[in-house]
Amino acid sequence: MEKFLMGEYDIIVIGAGHAGCEAGLAAARMGKKTLMLSINLEAVAMMPCNPSIGGTGKGHLVREIDALGGQMGINIDKTFIQSRMLNTAKGPAVHSLRAQADKTRYHLEMKKTIEMEPLLDMKQGEVVDLIVEDGKACGVVLRTGAVYRSRAVILATGTFLAGKIFIGESVYDSGPNGLAPSVELAERLREYGLPMRRFKTGTPARVLADSLDYDKMIPQDGDSEIVPFSFMNDELEKDQVRCWLTYTNEKTHDVIRANFHRSALFGGKIEGVGPRYCPSIEDKVNRFADRKRHQLFIEPEGLDTDEMYIQGMSSSLPEDVQQAFYETIDGLENLKIVRPAYAIEYDCIDPLDLKISLENRTIENLFCSGQFNGSSGYEEAAAQGLMAGINAVLKLDGKEPFVLDRSQAYIGVLLDDLVTKGTNEPYRIMTSRAEYRLMLRQDNADLRLTELGHEVGLVKEDRYGRFLEKKAAVEKETQRLQRTIVSPEKANPLLEELGTASIKSAQSLHELLRRPEVTYDNIAPIDSDRPELSRHQKTSMEVEIKYGGYIQKQLAQIEKFKRLEGKKLSSDIDYSKIDGLRIEARQKLNDLKPLSVGQASRISGVSPADINVLLIHLEKNARRRK
Amino acid sequence: MCETIAAISTAYGEGGIGIVRISGPEALGILRRVFVCKGSITSRRMAFGRIIDPETGDVIDEVLAVYMKGPTTYTGEDVAEINCHGSVVALRKTLALVLRQGACMAQPGEFTKRAFLNGRMDLSQAEAVIDVIKAKADAGYEAALSQMEGDLSRRVREIRAEVLDILVDITVNIDYPDEDIEKLTYEKLLADLEDAGDEIDSLLATAGAGRMVKEGIRVAIVGRPNVGKSSLMNCLLRQSRAIVTEIPGTTRDTIEEAVSIRNIPVYLIDTAGIRETEDLVEMIGIERTKEAFNSADLVVFIADASQPLTDEDRDILERLKDRRHLVLLNKTDLGNAVTPTILGDRSPNGDVIETCLVKGEGIDKIEDKIEELVYGGQLAQKDSVMVSNVRHEELLRKAGQSISDAAVITETGEALDIIEIDIREAYDYLGEIIGETVSDEVLDEVFSRFCLGK
Repeated sequence: MEKFLMGEYDIIVIGAGHAGCEAGLAAARMGKKTLMLSINLEAVAMMPCNPSIGGTGKGHLVREIDALGGQMGINIDKTFIQSRMLNTAKGPAVHSLRAQADKTRYHLEMKKTIEMEPLLDMKQGEVVDLIVEDGKACGVVLRTGAVYRSRAVILATGTFLAGKIFIGESVYDSGPNGLAPSVELAERLREYGLPMRRFKTGTPARVLADSLDYDKMIPQDGDSEIVPFSFMNDELEKDQVRCWLTYTNEKTHDVIRANFHRSALFGGKIEGVGPRYCPSIEDKVNRFADRKRHQLFIEPEGLDTDEMYIQGMSSSLPEDVQQAFYETIDGLENLKIVRPAYAIEYDCIDPLDLKISLENRTIENLFCSGQFNGSSGYEEAAAQGLMAGINAVLKLDGKEPFVLDRSQAYIGVLLDDLVTKGTNEPYRIMTSRAEYRLMLRQDNADLRLTELGHEVGLVKEDRYGRFLEKKAAVEKETQRLQRTIVSPEKANPLLEELGTASIKSAQSLHELLRRPEVTYDNIAPIDSDRPELSRHQKTSMEVEIKYGGYIQKQLAQIEKFKRLEGKKLSSDIDYSKIDGLRIEARQKLNDLKPLSVGQASRISGVSPADINVLLIHLEKNARRRK
Repeated sequence: MCETIAAISTAYGEGGIGIVRISGPEALGILRRVFVCKGSITSRRMAFGRIIDPETGDVIDEVLAVYMKGPTTYTGEDVAEINCHGSVVALRKTLALVLRQGACMAQPGEFTKRAFLNGRMDLSQAEAVIDVIKAKADAGYEAALSQMEGDLSRRVREIRAEVLDILVDITVNIDYPDEDIEKLTYEKLLADLEDAGDEIDSLLATAGAGRMVKEGIRVAIVGRPNVGKSSLMNCLLRQSRAIVTEIPGTTRDTIEEAVSIRNIPVYLIDTAGIRETEDLVEMIGIERTKEAFNSADLVVFIADASQPLTDEDRDILERLKDRRHLVLLNKTDLGNAVTPTILGDRSPNGDVIETCLVKGEGIDKIEDKIEELVYGGQLAQKDSVMVSNVRHEELLRKAGQSISDAAVITETGEALDIIEIDIREAYDYLGEIIGETVSDEVLDEVFSRFCLGK
């Protein structure tokens, strides 16, 4: 078939899911002429699985994406239909925002944003090949023969790449949600020598809202006071929808057990590795045989549809079995399934083949992001898309890559984990993956990152202005609280009311705020001339004061961490020549060429003893040179 | 890091002659300022001269000194070595003078560390130096020590696994707030923390014993002249293998001997007797005696059963009050002017061992007491895990502190993720003991295992 040149761009993004959207928008906003391609434009920012954004760890990622000038936070603020702050009974480090999205409106809002972005073009088309010249990615070929040339390419193929759907014994090639898969590109990537592998994930059934019996379920409402995702929004008011909680029972498990043999999962048809933390229901029943019940949430898919999502019940069992086991659940006795649950297997890359900038080691100027890199989740994808977009631009501009370390952001943890440790299952962010959680709070994401986003050119003046304003307000108010001294006469009646010990001598409000019972809001009566602060400003300031002691502790830990990160490893070190390193460590270090001793210490297969040998080697060299 | 370092590079108590070693770019400059000799200082030629304090003009010692230009020296740097001939005091004064001239005190093992880092030694050679340094203790003791350290890491690993379990409980509760899992109660958390804290504490409680077993204890022997101090020294020496010879000094000086009693290195210090005197030589002896008395881990006081207690005896008994001590009633074959009851009434701990040291009677009991002192009265401890390394002890202490911090805020109901910060800290400290938490301090840690100055 004849090929023909259809256009030239700086950057081409393959895929328009959550990674693709952030990558495309970031590249365009940083001044690069960018093209986004998707097999189907109905799939732009599509949420093929759960209808929510955020959650533990994930909510942090969204805040960080927002702080850096990404789109996800703004988009969900515009389109959510229920919002909850999770973990409020726990400390500020793990408060996590989660919002139920109206899927269709989320998609449309993002699509409109992309359409309106001046330097960003969006086209429907299936990429069947990359153009690689001199080991560099410089364009794509579409199924129609159309050729687009570019200086860099970003892969964001999600679950489309060689996608295969499993519903019981039925197996067929397909992308997510019945969309066409991308088969030829998958073959080409393997031919180019990229280390490809198969992962799988799954999604539960969608059912009609009026086929459910809500009397038998427990309602789950949103928060009365809504905290926005985006730092660009202070207050949001919205009518919220209700979600529902119900449980499986022994009968459900019996049906599932009796049909294990018909499951694609146990039938050995699926070769891909699924996520342990998000198992299918048959997997849960199989692995946790002693559990009498598993919980599930019923969540609306949007305001313009009657479809409901059954969270916690993904499955690859045949449709008749699905119908049978869903019916055993309280409230679901008469359910009407409109889309059956399925498992999907897809091609992705071993992320160890990526640099920390997300550039591929094999093909230069080819950046990789999202599920293609072995992650799972919309938020993880978006975070990588954003970083791939930024770094592709920086690469074209001949600048150093934009790297966030583990003490700066969950995004840093995510990327470092992927490219340093690799992953053997779809990778999900969790707060426990971060070492310095108290610093990586969702309330201070802007204070951590907006300055950096401004430096790379993604954060524009409106956001930057708000950030500077918040920073100044927080500092000023903190100082005022330190200066404002209250006498026992003035403070004690209120302190007593709050159930905390009275004071014997005058104290600053700052000091009082450190008490667990005291909050900025509830000491207002004894603090007459306080300024007007926004929600974001108030939260950050209060946490910094309340947990000051622990923040100091963590800063000291970070200091220690930075010392090893600061010991740089040049890429021309030949590790096979370092005596004392174990063979496995030599190979891993030569393959991955870590940038620092800190990164080297996180490579699986490199032991603490190897790191000691490495440290001694470096010190010896440094001295020899002196 | 300090550029030029210095230390006494011969083991303490090894003999009157000792070497002060200086290494670094200032080695020659410092040597020139403190060492005066005929002719000039030439590299690799031993010169005879005197160490003179340039500020006061005081002569400190007559010495042999040598300067060796780097890099073909022990450390790979410029090195100067001063061989002192006088007493330990002269050796120390010389070192102090060198330090005043701008050298820094060498950290334990720092000479070898520099040698190693300057490519003068590979890792196995460096390890061999450790072995040489350690070889002064006897083989059985060494084996016991290594056994002890292996057991320690196993024990630390176990405690660390328990701490990890606590972290996992917290993590699950934080990462899966919606899941239908058993909620972690503060009661359970507190109980788990207290368990972990107790285990760390019980390990820490062995640190005193561990250190004594490894580094030895100093035992000062006091009593009136002719009461049997020398007999006791001789008895203990006869029973065990002396590993260090007598340090010569004036007749009235303290005499120190190192012996191994039941695999515990013991430094015996015979004293001149504490009493007022006009005699200058005796005065020095007495100063030393007081020093020995105050720095000893154990003071052994010997009373004479054949003669009534003197004021001096009573004075010493009074001083024993705030020292760990052992009271011996010797010469029980020669009379009973003093009985165990009389002495017991006056002894601060009421515990008296009757001996007849010339015949070697009572030595076993003394050795029992020394062993008891080291193992804290729990002889069973002897075969169990002990902490003998200062670094380990320090890290355990920090881990214990972090756990107890966590317990305190658990009781006040602080948020789980805040509590977790302390627990994770404890987890990391425990990891540093067994080398599973990597830190760039590792170099200093590895080399601090070397003896000072080698």
